[in-house]
Amino acid sequence: MTGRLKPRHKRLVLLAGALAALGIATLLVLSAFRKNLVFFFTPTQVLSGEAPHGRSLRIGGLVETGTLRRQPDGVTVSFVVTDLAHAVTVNYRGILPDLFKEGKGVVAQGRLGADRVFVADQVLAKHDENYMPPDAADALKRGAAAIAANASKGTP
Amino acid sequence: MIPELGNLALVLALCLAVLQATLPLAGSLNGNGRWLALARTAAVGQAVFVTLAFAILVHAFAVNDFSVAYVAANSNTALPLVYRITATWGGHEGSLLLWVQTLALWTVAVVAFSGQLPRATSARVLAVMGLVAIGFLAFTLFTSNPFDRSLPAPPDGRDLNPLLQDVGMIVHPPLLYMGYVGFSVAFAFAIAALIGGELDAAWARWARPWTLVAWTFLTLGIFLGSFWAYYELGWGGWWFWDAVENASFMPWLVGAALIHSLAVTEKRGAFRNWTVLLAILAFSLSLLGTFLVRSGVLTSVHAFASDPRRGLFILVFLAIVIGGSLALFAWRAPAVGLGGRFALFSRESLLLVNNVLLLVAAATVLLGTLYPLFLDAVGGGKISVGPPYFEAVFVPLMVPVLLLAAVGPFVAWKSGSARDVALRLRPAALFAAVSGAAAFLVAHLSPAVAVGLLLGAWTLGATLQLVVRHLRHAPRGTPLVARASRQGAAWWGMVVAHAGVGIFVVGVTLVKGTETADDVSLRVGGSARAGDYTFTFEALEKVRASNYVGARATFAVAHDGAPVATLHPEKRYYTVQQMPTTEAAIDRGFARDLYVALGEATRDGTWTVRIQHKPFMGWIWAGCLVIAAGGLLAAVDRRYRARRVGVSDAVRAAPEIAIQVPTTSRSA
Repeated sequence: MTGRLKPRHKRLVLLAGALAALGIATLLVLSAFRKNLVFFFTPTQVLSGEAPHGRSLRIGGLVETGTLRRQPDGVTVSFVVTDLAHAVTVNYRGILPDLFKEGKGVVAQGRLGADRVFVADQVLAKHDENYMPPDAADALKRGAAAIAANASKGTP
Repeated sequence: MIPELGNLALVLALCLAVLQATLPLAGSLNGNGRWLALARTAAVGQAVFVTLAFAILVHAFAVNDFSVAYVAANSNTALPLVYRITATWGGHEGSLLLWVQTLALWTVAVVAFSGQLPRATSARVLAVMGLVAIGFLAFTLFTSNPFDRSLPAPPDGRDLNPLLQDVGMIVHPPLLYMGYVGFSVAFAFAIAALIGGELDAAWARWARPWTLVAWTFLTLGIFLGSFWAYYELGWGGWWFWDAVENASFMPWLVGAALIHSLAVTEKRGAFRNWTVLLAILAFSLSLLGTFLVRSGVLTSVHAFASDPRRGLFILVFLAIVIGGSLALFAWRAPAVGLGGRFALFSRESLLLVNNVLLLVAAATVLLGTLYPLFLDAVGGGKISVGPPYFEAVFVPLMVPVLLLAAVGPFVAWKSGSARDVALRLRPAALFAAVSGAAAFLVAHLSPAVAVGLLLGAWTLGATLQLVVRHLRHAPRGTPLVARASRQGAAWWGMVVAHAGVGIFVVGVTLVKGTETADDVSLRVGGSARAGDYTFTFEALEKVRASNYVGARATFAVAHDGAPVATLHPEKRYYTVQQMPTTEAAIDRGFARDLYVALGEATRDGTWTVRIQHKPFMGWIWAGCLVIAAGGLLAAVDRRYRARRVGVSDAVRAAPEIAIQVPTTSRSA
């Protein structure tokens, strides 16, 4: 049946097919984008209520020294992530990356619980000792800026 | 003194590259034979000096010349010699030099194997490669010189990142670069064709083996990277849709499209413009990938700004190469022409659809990779696009690709009968349906796994049918070898690569759908389960090597009480960089991998341990290797070689098409 189509019609059908494929792909991309973009928040933003509950997000900063605790099961840990202005407690079940260390930069991905405890399903530290995850570095910079701003306003 | 020679060699290479890029190109336009002849000499000279520079850098690593800043930053006296040598490409500057070195190798290969090309064409191809070399040599010399001194020399180096101290480091980067850079040949052919305005079946036949070899290298390079990550830093993961991985995957996808498009251009003279565009895109994405990985832009947009010269150079170079070649394409493409006509249901149409799908898939990966960088650069906030996005978009796009890839080889060129093909593919369809249904109903796997298995079975079944049909279709009494050799290596390469895709799909589906992993806390004597396997922590001992200390555990794995494997995962602490690493232990099998990795020791002597049971993990690797074997097989087809007999390509092209049509379509 296809052999009987005129070349012009054939081209139209091909074009329509290509446009349809492109349209479907665009829809897929947009819906996947909307659902799966993971936004980054600093501890300050989390505590001021900017971070959404029940949606996957990332937080980052420094692991506060002396806050790493291990639950009796041996594989669940909790630690505090700080941007030096504010701090958020993170719970995580699993093995921490090799370069995870107290006092070092970290990024955690997961969800924010109702009690503002962050439940991580992924903890990231990078492949290099000297390297700070950029998101964590950014959080610290913003935390420092927030402190400076507060200090100049004279509010606590 | 020697490093200065390396610097000088790079400068001379740059001068020769300028010569290689300019005069031959001019000669090809004004007919000056001497200028044309310069292409080969300059190209070989450039390659010699680049190789000299590379050898000097390797030497600096071998003899621990820490007065060279790059060596001091990436090596150490305690590092074993083999890793000191591979440390040559362990950082930004050296891996750029490896890039240039690889380009030199490809350039020499083009010089060696382009004897049968018209002189103007080969001069243009070499000139374009010279232009690329200028860009990279200049980038190396002016922004990332590996020979820069830091005097006085430090007593010892900062060591190679421990994660890179692995066999993977010896083979993965060179193979990956052979792939990336190999696309420069197809790109150079495309640009040469645009300049000359001649693009025919003979052109496609020249460009095809180069593209196939490059793509095969890229396949192997990506495979090795994934294989390496699986045991070294992935904790058992093998693909993370990480931006660095995506950077190599995008040219692979476009390269796959290009291979198929070249086939159409060679066989049918069709898709000419499209082929040229794909060649340009494949190399552009290679460049983009190299720079994304190497500029530091991926780890942070701000690292980009920290060395504005590098960032600016990259942007300008990318703009010149991509913008320039696309502008040339827009200007000259009408002269190249579209090529032959074909019906709506024909092999051409199916290949076109698959081409578009592959390209769209590459575009979605590009979007997911660049969008976070873009958003960050314009101050729109920090986001990350993780595996869920890529899986949600990429997998649905691959479903029609797999369905069509199995059908394509059964459809005639120019005009096919959908009804005939549908009838013929009934056995494969039945096999696929039964596999999918059995997975869902009998093995109680999830619908997604069932669909994946259905697609894998469909690809494998249809490919098997193709082979059987081909072998049976011969006069009675024809020996098997004669039957097989009625199709060239290119056809068999296609068959093998498609089978590899089928194996890969089955592997990915089963690993993703049925793997079990658990993080547990164990002390010596304790045990835990993953899947039907029991992992028992039997012993722990100390280990010590020249540049690390560590702990080595012994795990016994049993299945229904019967011992299956003994595994020795390690935790190492590299003393120079003060960095811990995890050395996983894996027992590989035909139908499953068993995986143990040590987490960390806690105060009371227990260890966190990750244990995993990964069914059919080996099929993923096997699929990659079979795909690469197919690519290589296709590249060594006889018709790409031994063409110095004096028969013009145009004459040879004609009978080939005439033979091709009956054997593939009208015969059965």
